[in-house]
Amino acid sequence: MTYPTRLPGLSVEGARLSLGGTPILRDVSLAVARGEFVALLGPSGCGKTSLMRVIAGIQAADAGVVRIGGREVTGLHPAQRDVAMVFQSYALYPHLTVAQNIAVPLTMRRLSAAQRLPLLGGLLPGSRAARAAITADVAGIAEPLGLAHLLARKPGQLSGGQRQRVALARAVIREPGAFLLDEPLSNLDAALRVTTRREIVEIHRRVGAATLYVTHDQSEALTMADRVAVMQAGNILQIATPEEIYREPVDLRVASFIGSPRINLLDAEIGEDGVVRVSGAATALHSHARGNVTLAIRPEDWVMGAEGQEARVEHTEFLGDHALVHLRMGAGTVTLRAGPGALPHAGEVLRLGFDPARALVFGPDGRRIAAHRREPACA
Amino acid sequence: MPETTSARSRTRRSEALGAWLLTLPAALSFALLMLLPTLAAIAMAFTDYELGLVPVWIGLENFRELLEDRGFRRSFLNTIIYVGLVAPLSVGLGLALALLIEAGARGRVFFRAVFFLPVVSLTVAMAAAWQYLLHPTIGPVNTLLRLIGITGPAWLSSSDTVLISLAAIGVWENAGFNMVLFMAGLTAIPRELREAACVDGAQSGWSRFWLVTWPLLGPTTLFVVTITMIRSIRVFDTVAVLTRGGPNKASEVLLYTMYTEGFTFLRLGYSAAITLVFLVIVLALMWVQTRVLDRRVHYG
Amino acid sequence: MGDGRSLLRDLPRLALLSFLGLIILSPYIWMLSASLKPTDEIFRANLALIPERFAAIENYSRVFAQVPVGRYLLNGVIVCGGILFFQLLFAIPAGYALAKLRFPGREWVFGAVMLGLLVPPHVPALPLYAGFAALGMLNTYAALIIPSTISVFGIFLFRQFFRSLPDDLIHAARLDGMGEGAIVWRVALPNAWPAATAFAIFSVVAHWNDLFWPLIVVTGTEYATPALGVLHFHTEEAGDDFAALMAACAIMTAPLILAFLVAQRRFVEGIATTGLKG
Repeated sequence: MTYPTRLPGLSVEGARLSLGGTPILRDVSLAVARGEFVALLGPSGCGKTSLMRVIAGIQAADAGVVRIGGREVTGLHPAQRDVAMVFQSYALYPHLTVAQNIAVPLTMRRLSAAQRLPLLGGLLPGSRAARAAITADVAGIAEPLGLAHLLARKPGQLSGGQRQRVALARAVIREPGAFLLDEPLSNLDAALRVTTRREIVEIHRRVGAATLYVTHDQSEALTMADRVAVMQAGNILQIATPEEIYREPVDLRVASFIGSPRINLLDAEIGEDGVVRVSGAATALHSHARGNVTLAIRPEDWVMGAEGQEARVEHTEFLGDHALVHLRMGAGTVTLRAGPGALPHAGEVLRLGFDPARALVFGPDGRRIAAHRREPACA
Repeated sequence: MPETTSARSRTRRSEALGAWLLTLPAALSFALLMLLPTLAAIAMAFTDYELGLVPVWIGLENFRELLEDRGFRRSFLNTIIYVGLVAPLSVGLGLALALLIEAGARGRVFFRAVFFLPVVSLTVAMAAAWQYLLHPTIGPVNTLLRLIGITGPAWLSSSDTVLISLAAIGVWENAGFNMVLFMAGLTAIPRELREAACVDGAQSGWSRFWLVTWPLLGPTTLFVVTITMIRSIRVFDTVAVLTRGGPNKASEVLLYTMYTEGFTFLRLGYSAAITLVFLVIVLALMWVQTRVLDRRVHYG
Repeated sequence: MGDGRSLLRDLPRLALLSFLGLIILSPYIWMLSASLKPTDEIFRANLALIPERFAAIENYSRVFAQVPVGRYLLNGVIVCGGILFFQLLFAIPAGYALAKLRFPGREWVFGAVMLGLLVPPHVPALPLYAGFAALGMLNTYAALIIPSTISVFGIFLFRQFFRSLPDDLIHAARLDGMGEGAIVWRVALPNAWPAATAFAIFSVVAHWNDLFWPLIVVTGTEYATPALGVLHFHTEEAGDDFAALMAACAIMTAPLILAFLVAQRRFVEGIATTGLKG
């Protein structure tokens, strides 16, 4: 693992939640170490935002334990949990200036209710010094985020990207133990999204909190996170590094969710001799399991050549540095990612083999089955 | 090309003609039933018009008389006191009810219906019910007070308590209406803002109210305050049923004075002058509302 | 939060609401209770809600004998129905024209609407009364209905609503050969039901409960609306007969309250949407 000394950041154990009889979380467990960046990736409605709300304490779970910084916070109010959160809509207070927005987490904690009063509060003992400290802290956080010249504005006068940075500043200003981000980039345009990705990762490094980042965009998850947790239908299917998630998915659902274009799925069977066969033809794969299985091959792992399955080209999509070739193979279709060189024409018949070291085999229950290159006979 | 332009101007002309035909009934009745009578009422205020007599232009004479008329001064003052009691209390109660109902999911529809009931009830009939409730000897309110050893006042027939009693009925009438407006305002506040306030450290409902709810309700509150003031300046039904301005003019209010001057004593000119005072107050309130709304309480 | 709150923790809130609700409902409760009691029991001033001897039949039949209840209710229906009919007839085409058509003078018409919104109906009352008196039209349905046939608020409401209708819908109707009048009633109105019901509820509640104008133009019982009927009974006949008075009040209040209880959500939303603008 990348984190030999895993300091406790945030963890959830056995979280269950159902709303109105519909199960949202089914026994979910997840741990993020201090300084680690974990992306929670899944399609909309899979329960990822609910899990984040359970961690923040905005939503009470039916069962399960939440810990932040090693301390159990399960029943505590969000304010007592040492978490900060960036909401999808940013949730900036429209009546406060940028500076006041960023200062809210500090004023709520450092000033008493009486000291927070608009005019009178300023006269109370200690209030002036505390307010000056808050102003200094706000300036310190606004400067690196490029918000210094916007401090007097109201959120309504800011662009989407600026609002987003204000929300980030408000979240990190009190250096939380856990830092939660709920699809923070989904309201930005495509160009801004890419630059903001890097900014968020930099802020995470600087703060050093346990960061949980909810997204439905796999390129965000794969590029930003130390580890990715793939969630579907209220379950976390796999938690691993981006490379592992892509190369070694443990579940068919993970394999088909990650990767674009989608991974190719072929019906296959393993005979008594342990050889994986597709439509009766033997492949180079061998396994200890038996019976019907699914063979999954990424579009870039096909090998065009003299061996393998016959497939007829249906159409090709030229994309500059590469091309996608859609072929009919038996009853189904497959997609192949080819280099920019000479492209096959529609109607052409090819033979497709695959790299056995990269092919994945899944059992009827969707779990991964170990398979390896068939050893030459009488080795 | 002349043909196209003429064709275009022809369709434009036919659209305009159609539009005029569609607005004609409304425009005619507006002119006849609102514009002319309103202008006439304003003009009348400067005459000594009495029904059946020829009006004579007397300039500001009516207004000079108003200033010296103790009955009118009393009526004006009473209206201000009435509005000063009903507006803040019914707005406050309406807000409290809306917050209480929205604080949980249970009983939402039921309680909303209960508090809204006075809005759809026949005011005259409910005023009569209040009269029974507040009756000095047989009324349940004073009977209840007697049980705990207090002799209740003659609520509606004593000049000390009559305005307060009318104001209480006014609060009862208006609170449910204000509650519904506040509930609409509350649902317009994004839920994420209140959640953000939780995460930001606003632990008590009280501090969340001051951080998020109250500032974001600003436009709604201002609107509710002005509309309640305008509604309560129009107080008429309860006075007409319960007190007729009495005892001894203690519950005389603007519209009721205007009514008695105009339709009982038939001094239409004098009554029109009171109407004009009423109109000026209403317009001033609306002007203040739009000015403040534009300036302060709106967030871009 | 709040969704899964336990009943126990919710109890203080519910108790407070129930207490306030009882205060709001107390006039209704005592009105109904008194309308069931014999007069001597009312004068004994005890706090029992349930009468010792039920006198409901006597009280209510006394009301029906002394008060032309049916007449009042019928008048109320005729007046409210007539007002609503003309308000819709005038306001819908005007609202459509202001929202969707270009014509010289449109700004003036809209300006007049905005100005009209500022003026309370009590202001033109005096000249209107003088006018109806001069025409000998006092004490008629016409006098009750005509002054309210124009609703600038209705025009404003329908204009706002029609503005959100897609222009293509109207272009399509024109291509299908409809004239502007046909478009108003056959295309625009069927798409404006939410606004029309909200406005109808607003208008009926306002005019069913109105006392000011009927009091000015109507004398006697023949054209009296429910509000006026209750006032007459209250000042002239009931005297201290609270039992009959409360029975009469219950009868006159019932129709609108029953309608409200049946279509509660529509009423609240109707009043809230119309209330938010005027």
